[in-house]
Amino acid sequence: MSLFAKKQGIYGLVAEFEGADALLEATKRAVREGYRRLEAYSPFPIDDLSEALGFERTLVPLIVLLGGIVGGVGGFFMEWFSATIHYPINVGGRPLNSWPSFIPVTFELTILVASISALLGMLALNKLPMPNHPLFNVERFSQASQDRFFLCIESSDPKFDGQATRQFLESLTSMVVYDVEP
Amino acid sequence: MSTTDDFRAGTLEPDADRLLAPGQTYASVTQKISSVVLTRRPPLFWMVVFATGFLLFMLLLVAVTCLFAKGVGIWGIMIPVAWGFAIVNFVWWIGIGHAGTLISAILLLFRQKWRTSINRFAEAMTLFAVACAAMFPLLHLGRPWVFYWLFPYPDTMKLWPQWRSPLVWDVFAVSTYGTVSFIFWYIGLIPDLASMRDRARHPLVKVIYGILSMGWRGAARHWHRYRVAYLLLAGLATPLVLSVHSVVSLDFTIAILPGWHSTIFPPYFVAGAIFSGFAMVLTLAIPLRKVYGLEGFITARHLDNMAQLLLATGLMVAYGYVMETFMGWYSGNRFEIFELVTRALGPYAFWYWVLIFCNVLVPQVFWFRSARRSIPVLFIGSLLVNLGMWVERFVIIVVSLNRDFMTSSWRMYFPTFWDWATLSGSIGLFLTLMFLFIRVLPAISIFELREMIHEEGGHRQ
Repeated sequence: MSLFAKKQGIYGLVAEFEGADALLEATKRAVREGYRRLEAYSPFPIDDLSEALGFERTLVPLIVLLGGIVGGVGGFFMEWFSATIHYPINVGGRPLNSWPSFIPVTFELTILVASISALLGMLALNKLPMPNHPLFNVERFSQASQDRFFLCIESSDPKFDGQATRQFLESLTSMVVYDVEP
Repeated sequence: MSTTDDFRAGTLEPDADRLLAPGQTYASVTQKISSVVLTRRPPLFWMVVFATGFLLFMLLLVAVTCLFAKGVGIWGIMIPVAWGFAIVNFVWWIGIGHAGTLISAILLLFRQKWRTSINRFAEAMTLFAVACAAMFPLLHLGRPWVFYWLFPYPDTMKLWPQWRSPLVWDVFAVSTYGTVSFIFWYIGLIPDLASMRDRARHPLVKVIYGILSMGWRGAARHWHRYRVAYLLLAGLATPLVLSVHSVVSLDFTIAILPGWHSTIFPPYFVAGAIFSGFAMVLTLAIPLRKVYGLEGFITARHLDNMAQLLLATGLMVAYGYVMETFMGWYSGNRFEIFELVTRALGPYAFWYWVLIFCNVLVPQVFWFRSARRSIPVLFIGSLLVNLGMWVERFVIIVVSLNRDFMTSSWRMYFPTFWDWATLSGSIGLFLTLMFLFIRVLPAISIFELREMIHEEGGHRQ
């Protein structure tokens, strides 16, 4: 948290919305208004919402690709190394490097490491697990996992101003705007 | 039980072709699905099935204890039938697991919306079926306590697994399948665990769901990465699910035994796996939707679609039987031809015709819409397919083994009490895990239902 946020004394302001379309519309308007440190919360994924926040690309696919490469190359190397160098054993006169027989394990390890990377990569980029978060101080926020939609403008936003931001958020929603304790 | 009655009153009249009963809102789906876990008392049905499953599970523990104490001699296996019930059960269970991944991964990639209400518990079913399956080869090892020798690890004996052996491929295929199924299931659960956390009243329950949900808060950037990761996992799980039963079938085809040594096995095993898996999904879904009043979420259309898949995969399996027979005859190999005749007319012929009846004839009723819409027909049909697929594996394993090339080594295989105890015990383990899952976790994906309500546009609060 920046020094500025501490001076303000709050994490930010959060507005509640009733529908996904209202949230998307409000997010677009807040970004147009010049707010940059804001986040939208919804009980299910909404198309174009993260794009409206200026979030277009994620590293998840790259992490999964790298995981798959590590799993595949590592798996094949393990088999080749053990079968030809570390523990060479003649089975029915087959070549030591009988690579077609190594394919099933190589394939399975590719999938295994790529899948684990997908889980861990997604969680790490999302900075999860994070058991607590300032937004959980807003009692109403428990609806964000059920049937309500929230837009939070953080106090670290350069354009953030307690009064003006609150008024702006109130103009976007027909519902209540809450302070978020840090 | 007024909640139940209100709930039923609101949702019992699903329009035949809908995926979701009319009038659902974000709040109503959240409330209804989470209340099964959080507020409603478990119905009598739950108690009875759980108790039965748990008793059978105890029987499994007895059977396994006895096995560890005395060895595999307590089973009916001998030479030449060294692969008895243990491997039959293994292949049966792992096949059942396939429907879960098919529903969650392949139907996701094909954008089949009807997967939404059934994917969660089908995935759980996969997980528990794989757990039951994985147990059997280990019990069959003879010295199960050194099962870790199957894995490559830096051991003091400086040994490595034999990479050319399909049994080692199996270890990797099944353990990868179990792990990936778990990841897929868990990722799908995270947002719903957050809903449970926010709805739970008891502080301890809140903390447990809070830990499991990892502090999920539904941020748009999180959802974005979440969706990408989920889609990629579906892409990874799709070839995986096709590979697992192919690798299982290689355990058989790599051997030179007549009845096993056949190139049709991998695709035919995969089709059979999906066939039996959908049968098990139906077997579980039909009573559950009734008892928990979930007819509004798992509608007649879901059951109809599953019956169609049962018919389609049943036809593939039937094609497998026909081609297997044809290729055996066409090979001109006298041992292959002898094997075919033994199957149909030999000492185990009764079971061969049971499998033909259950797997080929029974699914044909699903050509008729009225059969696909009739709950009793679906339920009995699914039970018969489950039985038929178990018998199929029995016939493949036992009939091929009990009469091999040398007449002098022929012997009949008879399962013992402990064989039956282990099989029914594994069903008990499966039921125990499945019903615990229904008790403590949301059995239907809530956030995906909300998404569906949003997309249908019916909900403009």
